[in-house]
Amino acid sequence: MIIGLSITRDIHDWLYGAMPEWAASLTEMVLIALVYLGIFAVAGLFLVLLERRIAAWFQQRLGPNRVGFQGLLQTMADALKLLSKELTGTTKADTFLYNLAPYFVIISSLMALSVFPFTREFQAFDINIGLFFLIAVSSIGVIGILLGGWGSNNKYALIGAMRSGVQTISYELSVGLSLLTMVLLTGTLQLSQIVEVQKSGWLIVQGHIPAIVAFMIFMISGTAETNRAPFDMVEAESELGAGFHTEYSGMKFAYFFLAEFINMFIICAIATTVFFGAWLSPFGITESIPLLGVFWFLLKTLMLVFLMMWFRWTFPRLRIDQLLTLEWKYLLPMNLVNIVIMAVMVWLNLTIKF
Amino acid sequence: MESTTIKSNFKSEEYFINMGPQHPATHGVLRLLLTIDGEIIKKVEPDLGYIHRSIEKMCERDSYQQIVHLTDRMDYLSANINNEAVCLCVEKALELEVPERVRVIRTIIGELTRISSHCLWWGVMGMDVGALTTFFYGFRDREMLNDIFEETCGARLTMNYNVPGGLMFDIHPNFVSRVKEFIAHFKTKIPEYDRLLTENVIFQKRTKGVGILSREDAISFGASGPVARGSGYSCDVRKYHPYSALDQVDFNEPLRTEGDTFARYSVRIEEMWESLSIVEQLIDNIPEGEYRVPTKAVIKLPKGEYYQKVETARGELGVYIISTGTKSPYRLKFRSPGFSNLSLLNHIAVGGKIGDLVATMATLDLVIPDIDR
Repeated sequence: MIIGLSITRDIHDWLYGAMPEWAASLTEMVLIALVYLGIFAVAGLFLVLLERRIAAWFQQRLGPNRVGFQGLLQTMADALKLLSKELTGTTKADTFLYNLAPYFVIISSLMALSVFPFTREFQAFDINIGLFFLIAVSSIGVIGILLGGWGSNNKYALIGAMRSGVQTISYELSVGLSLLTMVLLTGTLQLSQIVEVQKSGWLIVQGHIPAIVAFMIFMISGTAETNRAPFDMVEAESELGAGFHTEYSGMKFAYFFLAEFINMFIICAIATTVFFGAWLSPFGITESIPLLGVFWFLLKTLMLVFLMMWFRWTFPRLRIDQLLTLEWKYLLPMNLVNIVIMAVMVWLNLTIKF
Repeated sequence: MESTTIKSNFKSEEYFINMGPQHPATHGVLRLLLTIDGEIIKKVEPDLGYIHRSIEKMCERDSYQQIVHLTDRMDYLSANINNEAVCLCVEKALELEVPERVRVIRTIIGELTRISSHCLWWGVMGMDVGALTTFFYGFRDREMLNDIFEETCGARLTMNYNVPGGLMFDIHPNFVSRVKEFIAHFKTKIPEYDRLLTENVIFQKRTKGVGILSREDAISFGASGPVARGSGYSCDVRKYHPYSALDQVDFNEPLRTEGDTFARYSVRIEEMWESLSIVEQLIDNIPEGEYRVPTKAVIKLPKGEYYQKVETARGELGVYIISTGTKSPYRLKFRSPGFSNLSLLNHIAVGGKIGDLVATMATLDLVIPDIDR
């Protein structure tokens, strides 16, 4: 655990001074987990509000603007309402799996959040296989969706879950391969190292054309992986009602709902980290103030989040077979060719570095 | 023995799924019994009757003025055209000549109703294929029309503006200027519809070559309206049996020969342009005169059978009255466009995916109270 900001350093020193080492590190872990839970909840609620306001803006409506300043407390109110609601279930459902499903989804999102370098040394844990960890953990979520669809004893939920399974397995490939293209440039999977490499130019500049192609593929397949429109086959509301979470209510539904938004944040944060230099400021203008890194990281991520919301409120939904055609016949071959081009480029030293 | 068990374990089975009566894509209380193999549709059986209110039976009890009010509740999106159909039929039976002013106003309001219905359809069509924003764009433009209707007759949806013999009230002094304002506004909005949805690659991929209906089938299933015209079957009642002031105007009947979902979609978009042009031709030439011919308080139709058909936003609506000379009809039958259009759903949706079914159903433009009555 590397935490470089002075206040956390103070807490760290105080904890190690006040209690034995094992207790101190345990307390620290719990504290960090709580901080990340806080980030998780706030980010989720904020993104829901952002989505609603942006949707309203796209659709010439006002959106929620009554609860709190500009509707800032609206999602809090919604969360409170969901907390107080009855948890319904279906008869003959597989109760164990049905209850387990939301936690799979939420835990996978929460775990993925912990490796991001929000600013210099502000990272819960910096493992040397960071990128691999991200891809692995973020695909655990689909198990939750499959379990939810299976455990609900509802045909619509089952169709939604099966679609989700197909979709995630397919698009996982593109997500992985497009990130792999960038790993050719960095030579490391560790996220802090990837940021370090980008001090001589963001990767999207360093890798120019193949990097831009990889970025586009990543955003498309990332949107598909988070099951958002135009790839929201899983919960296609005009076809399947609410898809896999048809039978969920109250807080269990809220877990699915929050996880969707956090997943979107995660995909955009990965793109920020790998393509846009994470917390690095453009041309190093705020290099001396590490805390501003958080600002740059969030700014870049939110701009990508906006892009994904733009997709959602503009495009119609694809059909399931078109979705698979897009992946297997177009994105995947393009991706493989792109990797070769990138490899040749790195070999011939054609990258742009400042 | 062993191998057969494995085989039966891995058999892909058709299963049954209940779409509706509460389902977002059926736009009302229609229930579809789907037989599906994975995602592929094997059979669609519509199950009707969830909103049956026996309107035809109620008509046998009511006077002719009252019947007009019942027709609003059939195809509520083209309420005014339904009213017009009954009024025209009664006027035909009474051999009543309505003033020119009435005929022109009826046509203008009828075409505006068609535009408003198509606006809503367009919004919902987008929503059915997953583009939620279209819904709000469609409703934004429809809102202007509803305001005009409200100013004219006090109601926004179920208008009851027509009565046998003319109109309930004269038009509002603002009517002409507001309609012109709407025409100018809407002319900039249909290209926006095209940019947002029609020209979208995903939308075209979703709709082209899906739910194909041949011209022969369109005729034999009794399809009418944009559904039939999308298959190249020219059947516009406004062209072949012009009523009200439609014989004075010049307009085209949009026809497509592909017969797929996209063809039906484009026919409706073109119809909006045509309706705009009809309104434009008439709005400056509303003749002066009476807005109503006085009729007796109790209308009694002469003994006999009368039929009048009109073109609603969904197709051909027929009103068939059998009168025995009393104050209410002996039997009244509505030939509703939605019913025959729904009947071909099984024919065109089989073999497609669930998503195709939803897109196809959206272009049939079903209004369930029109089917159940």
